[in-house]
Amino acid sequence: MTDGDNHSIVKLDDIVKTYQMGEVTVEALRNVTLEILSGEYVSIMGPSGCGKSTMLNLLGCLDRPTSGRYFLGNEDVSTMDDDMLSAMRGRKLGFVFQSYNLIQQLTVIENIEVPLYYQGISESESRERAVYYAKRVGLGSRLNHKPTELSGGQQQRVAIARALANNPLVILADEPTGNLDSSSGKEILDIFDDLHNQGKTLITVTHDQEIAHHGTRVVRLRDGQLESDVRNQ
Amino acid sequence: MSEISNTIEEIKDTKSVRQHPGMAIMRFKRAFRLGVKSLWLHRLRSFLTMLGIVFGVCSVIAMLAIGEGASYEAQQQLKGLGSQNIIIQSVKPPEQQNSSTSSETSRVLEYGITYKDVKKIKATIPGVTVVVPGRIMREYVWNISRRVDCEVIATVPWYPQMRNHQVKRGRFFTDLELEDRSNVCVISPEMVQSLFPLSDPIGQSVRIGENYYRVIGVMTPQGSSKNAQLGGVGSDIANKLFIPITTARVRYGEILVKRRSGSFEAIRVELHEVTVKVDERDRVVPVSKVIQDIFEKNHDKEDYNIVVPLELINKAKRTKQIFNIVLGSIAGISLLVGGIGIMNIMLASVTERTREIGIRRALGARRQDIITQFLIETVILSGAGGIVGVVLGITIPYFVTVFANMATIVTLWAPIIAFSISAMVGIVFGIYPAIRAADMDPVEALRHE
Ligand SMILES: Nc1ncnc2c1ncn2[C@@H]1O[C@H](COP(=O)(O)OP(=O)(O)OP(=O)(O)O)[C@@H](O)[C@H]1O
Ligand SMILES: [Mg+2]
Repeated sequence: MTDGDNHSIVKLDDIVKTYQMGEVTVEALRNVTLEILSGEYVSIMGPSGCGKSTMLNLLGCLDRPTSGRYFLGNEDVSTMDDDMLSAMRGRKLGFVFQSYNLIQQLTVIENIEVPLYYQGISESESRERAVYYAKRVGLGSRLNHKPTELSGGQQQRVAIARALANNPLVILADEPTGNLDSSSGKEILDIFDDLHNQGKTLITVTHDQEIAHHGTRVVRLRDGQLESDVRNQ
Repeated sequence: MSEISNTIEEIKDTKSVRQHPGMAIMRFKRAFRLGVKSLWLHRLRSFLTMLGIVFGVCSVIAMLAIGEGASYEAQQQLKGLGSQNIIIQSVKPPEQQNSSTSSETSRVLEYGITYKDVKKIKATIPGVTVVVPGRIMREYVWNISRRVDCEVIATVPWYPQMRNHQVKRGRFFTDLELEDRSNVCVISPEMVQSLFPLSDPIGQSVRIGENYYRVIGVMTPQGSSKNAQLGGVGSDIANKLFIPITTARVRYGEILVKRRSGSFEAIRVELHEVTVKVDERDRVVPVSKVIQDIFEKNHDKEDYNIVVPLELINKAKRTKQIFNIVLGSIAGISLLVGGIGIMNIMLASVTERTREIGIRRALGARRQDIITQFLIETVILSGAGGIVGVVLGITIPYFVTVFANMATIVTLWAPIIAFSISAMVGIVFGIYPAIRAADMDPVEALRHE
């Protein structure tokens, strides 16, 4: 993968995010400018409360910045209405959360199908794709299990399959191994490495220095500001 | 570069795909299945929530059916009296204290309609087509050793036609028999059972006092006339026996002597009942006023009673309207309560499923999708409740008819209206929880425990 092939996928331009807590204004992000290229594997690090999750939520179109502009692909997301943001989430983004966030009453296969459902993909195609991604994360034999019947690592793999189902531009993960023991965590990171090698763009928030080494780039935040931005060799 | 081609264009494409009718049906089907599934997950809760609607719908239909049945029966009876008729009855006036010297009871009590009254009506009111004079006597009727208490009605051959009370078997007496003062009679079906349990009554004889009468016909059943709406028309006796009025005059003369409870009581009543038929419906009420005037001028005592079936029918109709309004309000309130129950449960369900809502939003669900999901659940609840309610509401009147022997009528529109209201209740009370779910901030919702 040469630099020439890579184009900007995510572009944050002078992003400010503040929360009003009664009298107090909390500045979760202060004038963050950042560009992420296609195929990069970025780790966002920093002490607790520095604004990592806030940044990931903005990147994930779950929230809107107080000021500044955000381009996803070549579109200005900061001006989109709620329906458009939903569409962006459904088609361009895949989420992996620390606490898996699977729907408890649905089976593995049904969970993977949820994002496809909202894109109006036919049942047969959606089933086919869900099975494909379930197999890809090594859950081919667990298709009809409920989340509660799976280990944490398996649940997180379902979440990854779900994030992949719509073939998104970017996969966003907020401490994906935070709840897992080291061996399950390793499995997840292996999958991420795999995705990275296939050219997927990954952005993960993590506390773990070890994990950060897997990626191609480490972005550090402190008090809502960009502290450092280092590309691994 | 193809990967990041214009998303807005794609989204617009998707939107138009979403609006395609076949697509919409498919989406609806899937949303419906999803709704059923999530309701099934909380079976007991869904069932209990549904009960509110079930009882609401069921009570509307059942109550309307019973009300409809009661009013139909009343109207049938009133129609039996004839809507163009005015019925004048003789009434025993209230006891006059001053004239009754309790020593001797030999004096004759005189009251009621006279032949003179009838003549006056005929002479002064045009368009009064027929007058059926009738006398009514309470007698025991015998068949050898069997006895029934019976109302003997002395009348004219055209009585059945005028009073809408038809002969079921045999025939009514003829003009000739009226002229001949024949000893013939027509009995009500209730008497057949008690007097002739084993044989055909027609052609046989019954005895009243010293006289024998040949049975020539049996009337159709008229139902019990215990209904209060009749205002005293007819009596509580189902046993009726009809004889020609001329025969009665010969047999009984003008004076009736009763020997009941030890003392003698002599009563002189010329006519017990007269039916006046008015040629046009619109004139029934004015004519009744004129008749009222005639009687007020000629009678110094309140010894008559004028019944206008048409007025009673109208009164019954008005009563029914009021009844329906009251029922409608009760039904409305019970459905409202059911709706509030649904809303309550749905609000709880929305709170409980906050996390799920957040997940779905993060995975691309629009506000609209979340609204649809929750609204479909409430509509399924209230719709299913409505269907069960309709089924129960139709069955209950059936059992009321079978076991309580009350007439019930389930009109077509009662289930339709009750069901539509229940479906509407689902939408009205489901919309608020659904909007609350859709308005949740996705980030907050995802953080919810
Ligand atoms: N909804 C909110 N309302 C008010 N303040 C908020 C809200 N969300 C975040 N904050 C504040 O914004 C700042 C950044 O929060 P954020 O969750 O992004 O931190 P983080 O880097 O993800 O921390 P951690 O590593 O503990 O997850 C914190 O000070 C937090 O208190
Ligand atoms: Mg965080």
